[in-house]
Amino acid sequence: MKTFFALMIARNKEFYRDHVTLGWTFLFPLIVIAGFAFGYNGNSEHIFKVGVLHTTPTISAQITESEQVLRSSDTTQFVDFTDAVSAVKKVQLHQIDFLISEGRTLKYWVNPESPKGRLVEKLLLGGNPHLELLEKESVPGRAVRYVEWLIPGILAMNMMFSSLFGVGYAIVRYRKNGVLKRLKATPVTAFQFLAAQLASRLLLIMMTSAIVFFGAITIVGFKMQGSYALLFLYIAVSAGCMISLGLAVASRIASEELAEGILNLLTWPMMFLSGIWFSLDGASKGVTAFASLFPLTHIVSGSRQIMIEGASYQTLAPSMLILGGMGLIFLLLGSILFKWE
Amino acid sequence: MNSNTDSILETKNLVKKYGDLTAVNCLNLKIKEGICFGLLGSNGAGKTTTLEMIESIVKPTSGEILFRGQPIGKGYHHHIGIQFQHTSLPDKLKVKEVLILFKSFYDKSMNMDELISWCDLEEILDRDSNQLSGGQRQRLLLALGLVNDPELLFLDEPTTGLDPQARRLFWQLVRSVKARNKTVVLTTHYMEEAYELCDEIGIMEKGEIIAQGSPDKLLSEHFQGLAIRIPKSDLKGPLGTVPGTLFDLPDSIEIQTIDVNGTMKALLDQNISLAHVQVRSRNLDDLFLRMTGDKK
Repeated sequence: MKTFFALMIARNKEFYRDHVTLGWTFLFPLIVIAGFAFGYNGNSEHIFKVGVLHTTPTISAQITESEQVLRSSDTTQFVDFTDAVSAVKKVQLHQIDFLISEGRTLKYWVNPESPKGRLVEKLLLGGNPHLELLEKESVPGRAVRYVEWLIPGILAMNMMFSSLFGVGYAIVRYRKNGVLKRLKATPVTAFQFLAAQLASRLLLIMMTSAIVFFGAITIVGFKMQGSYALLFLYIAVSAGCMISLGLAVASRIASEELAEGILNLLTWPMMFLSGIWFSLDGASKGVTAFASLFPLTHIVSGSRQIMIEGASYQTLAPSMLILGGMGLIFLLLGSILFKWE
Repeated sequence: MNSNTDSILETKNLVKKYGDLTAVNCLNLKIKEGICFGLLGSNGAGKTTTLEMIESIVKPTSGEILFRGQPIGKGYHHHIGIQFQHTSLPDKLKVKEVLILFKSFYDKSMNMDELISWCDLEEILDRDSNQLSGGQRQRLLLALGLVNDPELLFLDEPTTGLDPQARRLFWQLVRSVKARNKTVVLTTHYMEEAYELCDEIGIMEKGEIIAQGSPDKLLSEHFQGLAIRIPKSDLKGPLGTVPGTLFDLPDSIEIQTIDVNGTMKALLDQNISLAHVQVRSRNLDDLFLRMTGDKK
């Protein structure tokens, strides 16, 4: 254990004494949040977003007809849902403007605090011949501003860069300049070394995330909806998964250029397809399936569920299992493939 | 551990191949306990590969490495210390922190104050370990090699790039290591260093040891008498018959002879000026060049 702690402390010192990197790690996400808070101070979406809740495999004639009414306006985007709870939550949070569902009677949900929702309602009622079948449910809720919606994504993005570049790149550098070769000539085992790197970076990510989180509360007045303990646990599992991915990437590479290329290849698709900047609701099935392969997708959506929707342990359990499983696979791969030189 | 042998380290038919290239070919080496053993060889002779195999950094293709009569195993690194020629240390750590870090790797370690004093590190303890002068850095790397109080210390070209004063200070340190009955295995390109420090040397060529023994013994085996060197500018014509063997060098003629008086007399008889003549005994440089094929 003394070797593990000594290696972890050494890595921590190495990091916090690098003032430029340290400053950038903390400042970058806060700058992004402040930038978005400044740039997106109002609702800037130009289309209606309507959710369609499919509770049975076949779509009834009524809902098809209602959809037709809405589809007559080219300003409407349709998003399919199969889970009523999460769909209704999105109406409450103004993430979709309106929700319709098929059933014995055609039901719709509208947020009375959403002007766009009320407008879609009028559009539907105005052109629908089956008014007697319509059942309305009001689901009030405060609008989540884009910048608030963005914060969990920024946290996750920061975690991704810190894990992949902070760990992966550092190990490749150690291998290239001979630090690993020097350690190989000591009784230090690969497991001790990797575990110390993981623990050091995990500690750092937890601290960075806390600072960014409370910075976001200060800068944009973010209102946390869920449990702090659950968020802490979720971020720890997520960071563990991402760091393990970094360790797996760095397990053999000795060239910083190659490492940078591979890390970029991993980070850029994740940046755009994991739902950091825009919601994946309404994306094609192929894109959604592809995005679900990325750990970042689960990290972003899970953190968002906790921070914005106030999701419970039970709701987050599947995501945590996925992230934990992915992390374990990456860590195993990293340990098996690891080479000192 | 088997104490029936006086060899602290032994290799048996050690082979290392990289594809078709045989870097080390059937190497049999015995290093006695408490001596300083010098592994010499030109670039590409296989000494670094040999060193890395006996340091347990590189796996041999075949053959055996025995430490105190037993095949080297998991605990081997607790008994040895290594100073690499090229190595980096974790960034941003102070000298003292690096020492503490490396100390944590071992079950047994030297007293830190004693180690610091021994390697003369007191004044640089709070300095960034990656911002030291050449001599300071080598002393730190030696201290890292000694931090676990090893029985066997490997030094890979430890004074390359040091000024003459720093080199001599380092030699003093190596002598003090030897004085504590530790075995030192050293590689160097400086023959003077090998002569000063090594009790025994092994000269490698094409992956094999081609000569092994004490420097004086090897010199006496391969050279007899002295070398007399005459600048070509002092010769008025072709050199006539003189006692000894002649070697034609780019700017001079060298005569190896056991009859120094007779050779000098023969030169005077040929009216050759002795004003610029050098008379010297053969050294390890000569031996190295002769053994590794650059016969003059």
